[in-house]
Amino acid sequence: MVVFVLFPIVNTIYLSFVQNDGSFGLANYQKVISSSDFINYGRAITAGPPYGAFIHNMIWIMLHLPMSVIFGLLLAVLLRDVKGGTIIKSIVFLAMIIPMVVGGVLLRFVYNGDAGVVNEFLRLIGLGEMARDWLAYANTCLLGLIMGTVWIWTGFSMIVYSAGLQGIPVDLYEAAEIDGASRWRTFWRITVPQLRSATIVVVTMTLLWVLKVFDLVFIEFGGPGGSASVMAFQMYLDAFYAFNFGTASVWATLLTVMTFGIAAYMVKRMSEA
Amino acid sequence: MVKKLTIGIHILAWIIAAIWIIPFLGVFMAATRPYSEINKGWWNFQPFSLTLEGFFKAQNYLSSISLSRSIINSFIVVVPATFIPIFVASLAAYSFARFKFPTRDLLFLVIVLLQTIPQQAVIVPLFNIARNLHLLNTYISLILVHTAFGLPWIILFLRNFFSTLPVEIEEAAIIDGASHWKVFYKIVLPLSLPALASVIALQFVWVWNDFFFALTLIQAPEMRLSTQVIATMATDRFFLDWNMVSAASFLVMIVPIAIYAALQRYYVRGLVAGAVKG
Repeated sequence: MVVFVLFPIVNTIYLSFVQNDGSFGLANYQKVISSSDFINYGRAITAGPPYGAFIHNMIWIMLHLPMSVIFGLLLAVLLRDVKGGTIIKSIVFLAMIIPMVVGGVLLRFVYNGDAGVVNEFLRLIGLGEMARDWLAYANTCLLGLIMGTVWIWTGFSMIVYSAGLQGIPVDLYEAAEIDGASRWRTFWRITVPQLRSATIVVVTMTLLWVLKVFDLVFIEFGGPGGSASVMAFQMYLDAFYAFNFGTASVWATLLTVMTFGIAAYMVKRMSEA
Repeated sequence: MVKKLTIGIHILAWIIAAIWIIPFLGVFMAATRPYSEINKGWWNFQPFSLTLEGFFKAQNYLSSISLSRSIINSFIVVVPATFIPIFVASLAAYSFARFKFPTRDLLFLVIVLLQTIPQQAVIVPLFNIARNLHLLNTYISLILVHTAFGLPWIILFLRNFFSTLPVEIEEAAIIDGASHWKVFYKIVLPLSLPALASVIALQFVWVWNDFFFALTLIQAPEMRLSTQVIATMATDRFFLDWNMVSAASFLVMIVPIAIYAALQRYYVRGLVAGAVKG
């Protein structure tokens, strides 16, 4: 533990202050934070990606998190009452089981212009002119990957919410029925509040995974023109392509600080709940 | 009215199932049909023929390493990286559960820390250590790293399970003259099979699917693991032979899927039990 985790973290933070010439200071931070790989300063939102890895991570969170929570909850509630619901859950969860690099290949396949099933679906519903190789264009690569992680990780929130649903006492629902509450009202007044701790787990884990996303981005090698690059991938490029361990450690340290903030929040909320 | 709603819900449920099953079906189709049939869409069944050509293409695609060799390499890493931490952790967890130690909170904190830190945050120092000890491009380095990252959550998971076992059986055995060690492997371990199944399933799948540690610690092309070979195939060139790459993907993902199919209940239970590992 000390050798493989504690020392490396401290060492990484230390290395982030050491420049390639051996001098000590904040120059690495200056270099990373002012680079267009971090935030593509002056890039208009309408111009499309690349906006910089940090912004891409933030976009990823803002789009992925609500979808993953809503879909997971919906699926859990929906599949509870459906015949064959257990089988469907297993199928949805399958995407969680496969290696993420295979997930990346799979996304490439479904988004492919001719061979991809996504475009065939668009053609079927009459949106054929939208069909394209989604991951091959700077404008759509990031969005395509984000929808991909929603597809891959929704199984997790679904399973956690399903377990949460089982923990809700039946008499709560019986009481609501006697009081004549509608399905809708029962859902908002009983189901959602009772799933509070499940939601904390889902939100925290999802945030951590999305911040650390790497494999999918690697398969696209950052997307056309870095349009889908993220912090974890920039760290890899700096460390193992540019062999600049200093700036690589800056990316790693920034990522660590962000993930620790999230974890601290979770520990606090968990101990309250 | 109610009946209509129920039918609607069922249709919706199976549409959702389709969204998740179709990509897998596509990979399976693409892996077993010739490229000329699937490059304009595997959902066209005219013509329809089956071939194993994709698997042979995938096997010999990289000159430095065959696909089957990389899958064997994955097993060489995964099996010890699953069973070593479980062996060590079960001993530790038992002593934590039965002999009083104020470790629970500490362990929990360490686990939160572990699932929090990005692999990127440790890789440069780990890379340097491995290089200095001449462990780069050895599977030992990977096994050690995965063991270190697996130990804490396995200890906590097993400790929680062991504490639910009734102490009375063990006390009776001790009175009958059994040693602590004998009690452990004759009574506690057999009773703990469900928990062990959870841990095996989660750790096995986790290590098998890992890409980042393998990518950085195993750089010799002829030593690559299966996830690395998939990534190389996918990033090698822009235009992919879907027949070849699907066949390879199929073989690499079928292993964790088989584990999941065999141990599904335990896998899900383990994952939910604290949502400790992703």
